[in-house]
Amino acid sequence: MFSEKDPTIEKGGTKMKRKKILALLVSAVLAVGVIGCGGGEKESTGGNESGGDEGGLIKVGIINNDPNESGYRTANDADMKEMFTEENGYDASFAYSLKNDEQISAAQQFIQDGVDYLLISAADTAGWDTVLQDAQNAGTQVILFDRTIDADESLYVASIVSDMKAEGETAVNWLKEQNLGEYNIIHIQGVMGSAAQVGRTGALDEMAKAEGWNIVKQQAADWNAETAQQITQSVIDAGTSFNVIYAENDDMARGAVAALDAANISHGVDGDVVIMGFDTNKWALEEVLAGRWNYDGQCNPYQASYIHDIIEKLENSEEITEKTIVMEEKGFDAATITQEDVDTYGI
Amino acid sequence: MKEKSVLEMRGIYKSFPGVRALQNVDFTLEEGEIHALMGENGAGKSTLIKVLTGVYEKDEGQIFLKGLNKPAVIHSPQDAQNLGISTVYQEITLCPNLTVAENMYIGRTKGFGTNWRKMNAGAAKILKDLDIPADATQQLSSYSIAIQQMVAIARAVDMDCKVLILDEPTSSLDDSEVEKLFKMMRDLKAKGVGIIFVTHFLEQVYAVCDKITVLRDGQLVGQYEIENLPRIQLVAKMLGKELNDEEEIKDDSLVYQGADADKNVFEAEGLQSNAGIKPFNFHIKKGEVNGFAGLLGSGRSECVRAIFGADKVIAGKVKMKGKDVKISKPIDAMKLGIAYLSESRKDDGLVGDLSVRDNIILAQQVLRGFFRPYSKSEAYKIADEYIKLLEIKTASADTPIKSLSGGNQQKCIIARWLLTHPDYLILDEPTRGIDIGTKVEIQKLVLKLASEGMSVTFISSETDEMLRTCSRLVVMRDRKVVGEISGSELTQSNIMGTIAGGDKK
Amino acid sequence: MQKSGTKSKSSAGQFFAELTRKPIFIPIVALLLLAIFNLVMDPGFYAIALNHNSEGYPVLSGSLITILDNGSELAILAIGMTLVTAASGGQDISVGAAVAIAGSVILRVLCGTETQPESLQAPVIVAFLLACVVAMLFGAFNGALVAFFRIQPMVATLILYTAGRNIAAWINQNRLPIVSEPSFGYFGGTIPGIPIPTPFFIAVICVAIIALVLKFTTLGLYVQSVGINENSARLNGLNPKLIKILTFVILGLCVAVVGLIKVSRISTINYSVVAKDIEMDAILAVALGGNSLAGGKFNMAGSIMGAYTIQFLTTTLYKYNVPSEALPAYKAVVVIVLVVLSAPVVKARLGALGKKLSSKKNTAKEVG
Repeated sequence: MFSEKDPTIEKGGTKMKRKKILALLVSAVLAVGVIGCGGGEKESTGGNESGGDEGGLIKVGIINNDPNESGYRTANDADMKEMFTEENGYDASFAYSLKNDEQISAAQQFIQDGVDYLLISAADTAGWDTVLQDAQNAGTQVILFDRTIDADESLYVASIVSDMKAEGETAVNWLKEQNLGEYNIIHIQGVMGSAAQVGRTGALDEMAKAEGWNIVKQQAADWNAETAQQITQSVIDAGTSFNVIYAENDDMARGAVAALDAANISHGVDGDVVIMGFDTNKWALEEVLAGRWNYDGQCNPYQASYIHDIIEKLENSEEITEKTIVMEEKGFDAATITQEDVDTYGI
Repeated sequence: MKEKSVLEMRGIYKSFPGVRALQNVDFTLEEGEIHALMGENGAGKSTLIKVLTGVYEKDEGQIFLKGLNKPAVIHSPQDAQNLGISTVYQEITLCPNLTVAENMYIGRTKGFGTNWRKMNAGAAKILKDLDIPADATQQLSSYSIAIQQMVAIARAVDMDCKVLILDEPTSSLDDSEVEKLFKMMRDLKAKGVGIIFVTHFLEQVYAVCDKITVLRDGQLVGQYEIENLPRIQLVAKMLGKELNDEEEIKDDSLVYQGADADKNVFEAEGLQSNAGIKPFNFHIKKGEVNGFAGLLGSGRSECVRAIFGADKVIAGKVKMKGKDVKISKPIDAMKLGIAYLSESRKDDGLVGDLSVRDNIILAQQVLRGFFRPYSKSEAYKIADEYIKLLEIKTASADTPIKSLSGGNQQKCIIARWLLTHPDYLILDEPTRGIDIGTKVEIQKLVLKLASEGMSVTFISSETDEMLRTCSRLVVMRDRKVVGEISGSELTQSNIMGTIAGGDKK
Repeated sequence: MQKSGTKSKSSAGQFFAELTRKPIFIPIVALLLLAIFNLVMDPGFYAIALNHNSEGYPVLSGSLITILDNGSELAILAIGMTLVTAASGGQDISVGAAVAIAGSVILRVLCGTETQPESLQAPVIVAFLLACVVAMLFGAFNGALVAFFRIQPMVATLILYTAGRNIAAWINQNRLPIVSEPSFGYFGGTIPGIPIPTPFFIAVICVAIIALVLKFTTLGLYVQSVGINENSARLNGLNPKLIKILTFVILGLCVAVVGLIKVSRISTINYSVVAKDIEMDAILAVALGGNSLAGGKFNMAGSIMGAYTIQFLTTTLYKYNVPSEALPAYKAVVVIVLVVLSAPVVKARLGALGKKLSSKKNTAKEVG
């Protein structure tokens, strides 16, 4: 799955529209559900919100994007749900929306409910100042995860994000280490302007310029496997030679590989073409493990443990030294990947 | 201009390409009077109204309004409204999802600010004055059509109107609603408003109007005080027949005199559809040609539509050749051997973009079924046969039917139904809007078909035609069957008398 | 000699004048323009080679093959979309979402509850038939909204357009199943030993079926009658509601076939991007085929030709490095040209031009 780190992906896209019904449902639930007993999209693992502070549980309100949005999001949501349980000492409430205004009203509701921590993966970067100010006044601590927002740093205690540029740099550094002799790259991009695309494209462009790599095709396939297949096919049909496919997510890498297979162009370890993908879907890591692909870069959806650490520190009145925490993200090489890696990091 | 007149129209002319819609028409409306504007289809009523309300520009003539010492200039509906001429149409032209008050003031508030309280209070007062049982703040659609109609009138009246035009306002109202509307009209009359009332219902004219102006073929027949114009005279004037008219030349040789005349092909008892006609009984014998007579809107078409299942049948029993049958949709009737040529050729008959060939085979093809299409050559053969038989003038069977003339289009539709070899053929206004030669051809065809044993119901606005073809006429008035005329009784004056009903002075 | 030459020229002019009035004129011109453009820019565009794929089986390759391959889905959808447009005077904008649903159903049946099953849990034919049933039911739902509630088709199908991809995700509980069985890839790739892409064969079969249906049933006449004049159709014994629903159900069947091809191409699915925006291309194919989007008469051959013309355009644009997100802009240009070309005024002018050309040539010949 592609990771949707940038709000622009959802903002203008058709995805937004087709989530409208769901969003309406969510907002309806938020309107009535947050106050009363949480039903539908909003779930409470604590089950005793009406009772207020009791049993020493830490009350957290988690605002996330729709888990159906992508595999990345599904993994992210599952990770949060696994971490913020009663056993781990949390009374967690969840609210989902792809719309900024609905997220903000959910945040306001959580603040009124008197949560101790507000965890936000914002749909949009703007418009959060007022509600974060309210949170501060109410003594609610705010932790951002996955996405940053345009607000004063003093309004939140920490922000845990991925660095897309770093992901791309890890990948292109790996590619450089392969010492291919000559580099003829098909570069298949995600939705133009999304954070993932900008970061991963930027890294490749810089390296290609510095090292004199030849990019034979650079085209956006909008995270779509089939489009990637067609683009790769067009390069094959034109008879242009190439030896690297740098696809900005796993789906597109898969589509490109389908085109190679049809044209009997070997790929992967010992193959003619180096295959690179991103997002560490489990099936993608298996391709790497089998040697059909060469590299897959991680985009870490697991922020829950980082958040847990921060909350523990705050509860123990420790100092938070780093405001912005960039998560550790790996790259997996066909030469070194293990089954354990697949099981641990596959999403 | 007379002292009491609110409106005078003098020497109005209006032509459309090929048609003289109005020729030298005068019309006078006095204050505090309800004035019926009568005439059959094409008489020029609606053209006159549209000239008055600025929808059409007149070619010649002058319009005077009370309080103006020079002829009024009306170029647009807005002009008419500003001069105090308001119209309420048959269909509600208000916004059903706005409140009553909003509807009354929409488009009339100056600037952007709206004082809701003032508006609602104003509306409430008008509603009270006019005795309309509606709440100004309720949504319009929550009221019946009658009330909505009244709100439309209230809106018109409140816009300081001197001339109120009611164009067929009663056609979708029931009797009690009509009564309410009449009460309101009388109240307005008492307030000095001049009302022009356009309707097809004779009863209503005599119930509420003071004067009648009759138009025919774009010309003024005359203006009459209601008490000086008995119904039968009115009908005669509308149809353009003098009562002592002796031109009822009945060519007996053309009328079918079948032998097995006592066998009913089709019978209906208490048949009623949701189109607003009263239950009626009807039968037709083998080889008989009969017809429905009555003014436009009297329910003639609705009756035959009920027989064919074109409207939703809500009551009644029907028999085909003596057997009880059920006809709830057109295909049922078709399977029983009934064919129906509809009144509106363009809306209900033609499939305009399709070829003459496809239009001719359509009904029979539907009867044959989905999996038995005519092959191209079969279809051509059939089409060519009927093109020849009915002398349809078309470039080829592939020509789109919409490019044919009206008469030839109608022949194609007749061909379509003849192809189904029906036992009972219903022709609703088959001669409307077609040239005189084709009219005669169609009449002759009807008689020929009947002489071969087909039963035909023939409806026409022209009584002459029916007299020439039908041996029995069912007469309708105000959506009710009011009589049946046959044999030697079948004369122009008898028909008009029955159509007019009521006082036969 | 001279005389016969004059005659042929004149009839060519007449032929041109005649052609401009035929609905198929537009896709033919569009296709010709694209073909000439590619010929001038790079004749290698038309090269076709016989290669072997990674499994060692022969496959044809080249841009033309790519067009025939990738245009298949669009051609199949254009069949159903043409009928829907003709009968109801509107378009179904939910086909992309419905393809996602059909694809999801296929994967759900093939993979059961596993994400990557070792072997198929059910035969492909069972999965496909179930997808057909589901897609036809959704089609019937759209059709019922249009026929019974008289909702404008674009508005009625907006519901499924909005919710469809979520339904698709829900069918597989948001998992992304992957089929590892190679034979499943035949539907979107090639069958061993046959060098032509299977989707093209599937499209040919679909076209053949609809051609037979149009020949051996009265579907065409009924659909056109309903589309042109619903009242007349009813008074001639037809049931317009049923016929409208029928067209949506047929489109549903097309959707299921496309769903199979789509998931077979990559042996998995991405609910949010599979067959993305394909509805717009399908509608464009119908328009390009010279059909009125307001319904009525239709020209099936034109629509199918329109579909391949669009794919021709897409492949050409990929070749010249136009980013996929800019494709809609180019298609918009096509739409504008199309709308202008099909305007009656322009058609009349073109017809007149054809006549003028022929008469000019005549006089020129005579003078010469």
